[in-house]
Amino acid sequence: MRDLRKLFGATAALDGLNLSIGGGEFLALLGPSGSGKTTLLRVLAGLEFVNAGSIEIDGRPIQGVPARQRRIGLVFQHYALFRHMTVARNVAFGLEVRPRKDRPSAAAIRARVEELLDLMEIPELADRYPEQISGGQRQRVALARALAIEPTLLLLDEPFGALDAKVRRNLRVWLRGLHDRMGLTSIFVTHDQAEALEMADRVAVLRAGRIEQVDTPERLYAKPANEFVREFLN
Amino acid sequence: MSATTERRQAAVPVDVRGSRRALAEAAASRWPGVSVFTIIRRAALIALTLTIITVLLLLPLLLVFTEALSHGWRAAGDALAAPEAWAAIRLTLTVAAIAVPVNAVFGTAAAWCIGRFRFPGRTLLMTLIELPFSVSPVISGLVWVLLFGANGFLGPWLDRHGIRIIFTLPGLVLATLFVTFPFVARSLIPLMQDQGAAEEEAALTLGATGWQIFIRVTLPNIIWALLYGVLLCNARAMGEFGAVAVVSGHIRGQTLTMPLYVEALFNDYDWVGAFTVSALLAMLALVTLVLKLALEWRMGRRA
Repeated sequence: MRDLRKLFGATAALDGLNLSIGGGEFLALLGPSGSGKTTLLRVLAGLEFVNAGSIEIDGRPIQGVPARQRRIGLVFQHYALFRHMTVARNVAFGLEVRPRKDRPSAAAIRARVEELLDLMEIPELADRYPEQISGGQRQRVALARALAIEPTLLLLDEPFGALDAKVRRNLRVWLRGLHDRMGLTSIFVTHDQAEALEMADRVAVLRAGRIEQVDTPERLYAKPANEFVREFLN
Repeated sequence: MSATTERRQAAVPVDVRGSRRALAEAAASRWPGVSVFTIIRRAALIALTLTIITVLLLLPLLLVFTEALSHGWRAAGDALAAPEAWAAIRLTLTVAAIAVPVNAVFGTAAAWCIGRFRFPGRTLLMTLIELPFSVSPVISGLVWVLLFGANGFLGPWLDRHGIRIIFTLPGLVLATLFVTFPFVARSLIPLMQDQGAAEEEAALTLGATGWQIFIRVTLPNIIWALLYGVLLCNARAMGEFGAVAVVSGHIRGQTLTMPLYVEALFNDYDWVGAFTVSALLAMLALVTLVLKLALEWRMGRRA
C-alpha cells in the first residue's frame, strides 16, 4: 500500500493542497488550465520544488530525494522523446544510465526493451526515430520509456492532449487495461472531464491550486461538493 | 515566391475564353511581368552584382595567390620555410588551440544558461556576450593593456611577481578569447531556446546524472550548431588582427601571429612573403567556407 500526502502552502500554483493516493489506484487530476495540475505533477517528479509542505511515498518523505533517484515515471504532454535516438534507445535510456553495479547487462536491457515494446504493441518501431512515427505511437514509446525504470508511481501529463479523437478513445481503454495488468499506481492530468470520469478510480477536481473534491466518478456526479465542481462536470 | 504565385493567379482571370488579350496575358503570366524593360533591368542588376562580386571578392583572392606565386613556387616555398614564418604559423595555431576550446566550453555553458533558464539579468548577460561584436577589436586589445600593461591597473603587481601578460602568449590568447567569445554562444542560444528543456527533464526523471544528460541528450541535440560556432570562432581566432596587434609587441619569431606577420613583411616590401602567408590564410578561409556550407546543409536537413 502506497500512501502519498502532500501539503503545500503559500505558493500561487499550489495553494495548501492535500491529497493521498492508494497503491494500484488510477487517479485523475481534473481542472481548468492554470489550476496547478501540471505543477503538481512536476513537484511529484522532482522537477519543481515547493515552498512549504511535505510529500511522502510509503511513509518516507521525498523532498530531499533528487528527481533522478525518485523512480517516478513521467510521461510528458509532448512526450519529450530523445529525438536523436531510436525508439529502442529511448526506451533503454533509463536502464543504460544506471550506475554500473545496478545496470542490467546489455542483453538484459535489450530483452527488457523488446518486452516493453511488445507490451505497447509497437515491436516493429524499435529502429525508427521519433520524428518518423505518429503521435499515438510516440505516446506509447514515452510510456514504455517511463515504465522501463519500473516506477513506483507513474505520472501522465495530458496523455491524450496531442492526439486526435479516435486515437484518443482507443488509447484510453488500452491504457486503463495496461494500468490494471501491470499493477501500476498512476496519476494523470487532464482538463477533459469525460476522460477523467471514464478512466479513473477517483477524480481530484482542482481549482486555483486547491482541491475542491476527491471522489469516485459516481459520487462526484451524485454529490458534487460545491457549485464549481457541479458546473465543471457539466 | 508567394508574391509571384499571387501575381500569377491574379493575372489569369477565370473567364478568359476567346479574348485574345486575355490569352496574351495568360501567356505572359508564365513568366510574370515579362516585358523588355524588365528583362533589361534584371540583366543589368545581375551584371552589376556579378561585377561587384568579381571586383571586391574574387579578384583580390586571385591576386593574393598570383602575387604569392609571382616569383615562382620556389620563392613562395622559401617564404614559408623561413623560421619566422614557421614561428608565426605555430603561434597562430597555439593561440587558436587554446582560445577555441575555451570559448567552446564557456560559450556552451552561457548558451545553456540563457537558453534554458529565466533569471534576472538574463538580457544583460546576453548583451555582454555580444559586446565583442560591437566593440572595435583595437579596444578589445587595449583593455588588456590597460589592465595588465606596465602602466596598467594590475601592471606593477604583475611586474613584482614576474608575470608577463602583455607582449606574450597569454596576452594574445586573452585578446583572441575576448574577440571570439560570441560565436559559439550566439550559434547555440536560439537553438537551445527553441528545443526547450523537456528532453533534459525527461532524462532526469529516468535517473540520469547531470553529466549523463549533457553527454547523451543535450550535446547530440546541439552538436551541429556547436561545430558551426566553433568553426566561425576558429576562423576569427586565426584571422584576428586588431586586438592582437595591440597586445603583441611585434617581436618577430616570438609574438607575431600570421596576420601580424603579413603586415610586418608587407612593411618590409617583401611582397612574395606577405602574399604567400596571406595565401595560407586565404586557404583557411576557403576551407572554413566549405565546412560552413556543409554544416549549414546538415543543419537544414535536420530541421
